[in-house]
Amino acid sequence: MTGVIAKSVHCETAYIQEAELFLREIDLEYHSHNYWLQPNCGDMPTLWVDAQSLIPLLQFLKQNISRPFDMLYDLSAIDERLRVNRGEGPEKQPASDFTLVYQLLSFTRNLFIRIKVALADSKLSVPSISGVWENANWYEREVWDLFGINFEGHPHLRRIMMPPTWKGHPLRKDHHARATEVDPFTLSEEKERKEQEALLFRPEDWGMARANEDSEFMFLNLGPNHPSVHGVFRIALQLDGEQIVDAVPDIGYHHRGAEKMAERQAWHTYVPYTDRIDYLGGVMNNLPYVLALEQLAGIQVPERAQVIRVMMCEFFRISSHLVFFGTFAQDVGQMSPVFYMFIDREKLFGIVEAITGGRMHPAWFRIGGVAQDLPEGWDKMVREFLDYMPERLRDYDGMVIKNKLLQKRTRGIGVYNTAEAIEWGVTGPGLRATGLDWDLRKKRPYSGYDQFEFDIPSYDGGDCFDRCRVRVDEMWQSLRIIRQCLENMPTGPYKSDHPLTTPPRKGRTMQDIETLIQHFVNNSWGPVMPAGEVCFPIEATKGLNSYQIISDGGTTSYRTRIRTPSFPHLQMIPLMSRGLLIADLIAIIASIDFVMADVDR
Amino acid sequence: MNTSIWITLLNIFGVLIATVLLAAILTWGERRLLGFWQDRPGPNRVGPFGTLQVIADMIKLFFKEDFTPRFADIPVFVLAPTVVMATMLIAFAVVPMSPSIGVADLNIGLLFVLAMSSIAVYSIILGGYASNNKYALLGGLRAAAQTVSYEVFMGLSLMGVVMMSGSFNLRDIVIAQADTWFIVPQFLGFIVFFIAGIAESRRTPFDLPEAEHELTAGFHTEYSGMKFGMFFVGEYLAVILIAALITTLFLGGWHGPLLPPIIWFCLKTAFLVAIFILLRAALPRPRYDQLMKFGWKVMLPLSLVNLLATAGILLWIA
Repeated sequence: MTGVIAKSVHCETAYIQEAELFLREIDLEYHSHNYWLQPNCGDMPTLWVDAQSLIPLLQFLKQNISRPFDMLYDLSAIDERLRVNRGEGPEKQPASDFTLVYQLLSFTRNLFIRIKVALADSKLSVPSISGVWENANWYEREVWDLFGINFEGHPHLRRIMMPPTWKGHPLRKDHHARATEVDPFTLSEEKERKEQEALLFRPEDWGMARANEDSEFMFLNLGPNHPSVHGVFRIALQLDGEQIVDAVPDIGYHHRGAEKMAERQAWHTYVPYTDRIDYLGGVMNNLPYVLALEQLAGIQVPERAQVIRVMMCEFFRISSHLVFFGTFAQDVGQMSPVFYMFIDREKLFGIVEAITGGRMHPAWFRIGGVAQDLPEGWDKMVREFLDYMPERLRDYDGMVIKNKLLQKRTRGIGVYNTAEAIEWGVTGPGLRATGLDWDLRKKRPYSGYDQFEFDIPSYDGGDCFDRCRVRVDEMWQSLRIIRQCLENMPTGPYKSDHPLTTPPRKGRTMQDIETLIQHFVNNSWGPVMPAGEVCFPIEATKGLNSYQIISDGGTTSYRTRIRTPSFPHLQMIPLMSRGLLIADLIAIIASIDFVMADVDR
Repeated sequence: MNTSIWITLLNIFGVLIATVLLAAILTWGERRLLGFWQDRPGPNRVGPFGTLQVIADMIKLFFKEDFTPRFADIPVFVLAPTVVMATMLIAFAVVPMSPSIGVADLNIGLLFVLAMSSIAVYSIILGGYASNNKYALLGGLRAAAQTVSYEVFMGLSLMGVVMMSGSFNLRDIVIAQADTWFIVPQFLGFIVFFIAGIAESRRTPFDLPEAEHELTAGFHTEYSGMKFGMFFVGEYLAVILIAALITTLFLGGWHGPLLPPIIWFCLKTAFLVAIFILLRAALPRPRYDQLMKFGWKVMLPLSLVNLLATAGILLWIA
């Protein structure tokens, strides 16, 4: 191994200092002291509290502590009933059948923390925090749907991912993972009738009134199949003429149980599933997953692999933003740009194909490196693309960004400010369009991003137009990063020498028996990851994406939680679209840039 | 006597068949042109350069299930698409294509064309209403509002031309342009009529009744098979009609050097049709209320200014 990037390691210790500072501060400032600190959590302090003290603690962290935790970054749960490795002696975690995990983010501290609540099977209920954070609403519905944990005082606790007629809670360990584990599916007439009935639209169920004193409303069912909802996404619209009185997004049509699948797949064989989360992000999806596992296993990734990863990620950022840019123009009625942009994207896929062999879903990153070394002549292809793309981007600037009609359609539409964005859990370009230049690649560099020169574009309008401009500027920055990768590609191995690297490097397998066994076992069973909890956020194409992985010391994950950016973004649609017209709603949807697989997983 | 009847019949059927055929060919032409401007081939497989695509599409449309939704208002639903096609074809009767070609020589020709194109919108409104579908209804409503607003100044913008030529007869208007085309003295009128014409034929950027990104397919969401086909042909007929009208009213009709008159007329019309398609390739769609504002606050005053200025100048000269 030619060595690892030292600076990244240094950065991690910086977060640990910040974490220790937080622990000292909360010890001083929070007088109840009714929490238990989970040891060995590194740069992500983890506090256990009981259900009654949850809300006071969260309120304290959100409002009272110096440099507060303003964002509810994630909320999920763990079914602990089959978990073996939960610490020993003084490190033993509190007894729990189901554990709720609240993950908070402080922008001023640059720190993530976790709050955990232990629940016994006999009383699966906690007070709802939807009064503390707006975006808790959907997260709590998701936990209720998938784990069956009740949230007292939640305004609208109904299923969100699964159909309303579903029996059971899928992410529980006793719920089947495959259809083959249960009796074959049949649809009796009785059942069909019930399913049909469940599909009937009753505005009251969605929290909407049928009429007010002046007029009767029209309800328009936009989606799940509609040309402009970008996938299977449904919005129930309450209309007064063409004006939107209320909009209720309905998700779950794209739910494939990616988190459940992770509990069956070997660590290595799950990589292709991650590709399909944000299906426009390609290998960018592999990154938080393999980074988390590398942190868990203590694998140092060689420099060359890191730079290759960064380059591929930035290629996919451009690819994803091109799709956004084209469809954004198309959704406000401009027909042509999307064709030009797909041609560029095709060129880009040519490079991706030459390097990885795949196009949209290469599944190319490996635990400990990447699948293959770069092919001969890769630099020529990349250089050609870098010379070709700027001219095209300038063309698009004149064609789309400077177009007066497009500006009229998107300026001042779907506005939110930074405070609202944070309250609703908005990250990525949607947040940077409100004037906060928070980009994880700069604030918490990973995979060697600290070694690159690039800027974080931000605008402060917070409207559809600015969300578009941020992404366009990001493409320029990505081109800059790719050029630096091209000029400074390090030599050396593309995969780590660590025994848990999967598949292991083959160089010495034919020389000594230990390496041969290691190779055989890692390829057949897959690697055995040490027990532990790890979470690694990255700046994905659409915002912060992270994999929270709990290993019980086996060949599969015990629990994989995928925090995706699009999920909270969609929740914000009602706030952004009330009082506007249907045409504005389409512009808003386009400007969010979501992928339904990224929402539903 | 006998020969003149034959000539008239030839004129009638010639114009009828030519316009329907042209509208059909335009379905292919538009896609090829869009493809050309959008860096892609467009339909190029059926026949030489894909020209037989039209026939393939026809066969497909005829053999598609002609679906009528149960919840629709069936008689209206069936009749609606015929209105647009019929009125558009009738309107062609008064368009003079060359000194000798042209079906009718109406002395209120211009008013007749405007009337026909106004009736055509009933097709959209009734189709949208009879479908009993919310998207279609919204499309129909938009069409009604759009037509009411844009027809006002569509007519007004032409008054300058009428004043200058002193006639509503389209043939007289063309003859009056033997020296200078009306696009020169009536440039403002030309611009206003051109924009109103796009709105009248519901083409991008004024395709709000259809607006696939908002209303899936707008007024024709529930239509399929040949009923959908009639809406489609009606739209293309409207495009050709508006282009032919602009040619007649502003671009000197059949006048032009060297080439025979009918060729000049066709060339000018084809050029305008291509501009219509180019606009579709280039422009985004304004919002419904922006469209209304633009109509009432910009186009209407412009056409009034044009009307008053033309009248003033004519009086002053006289």
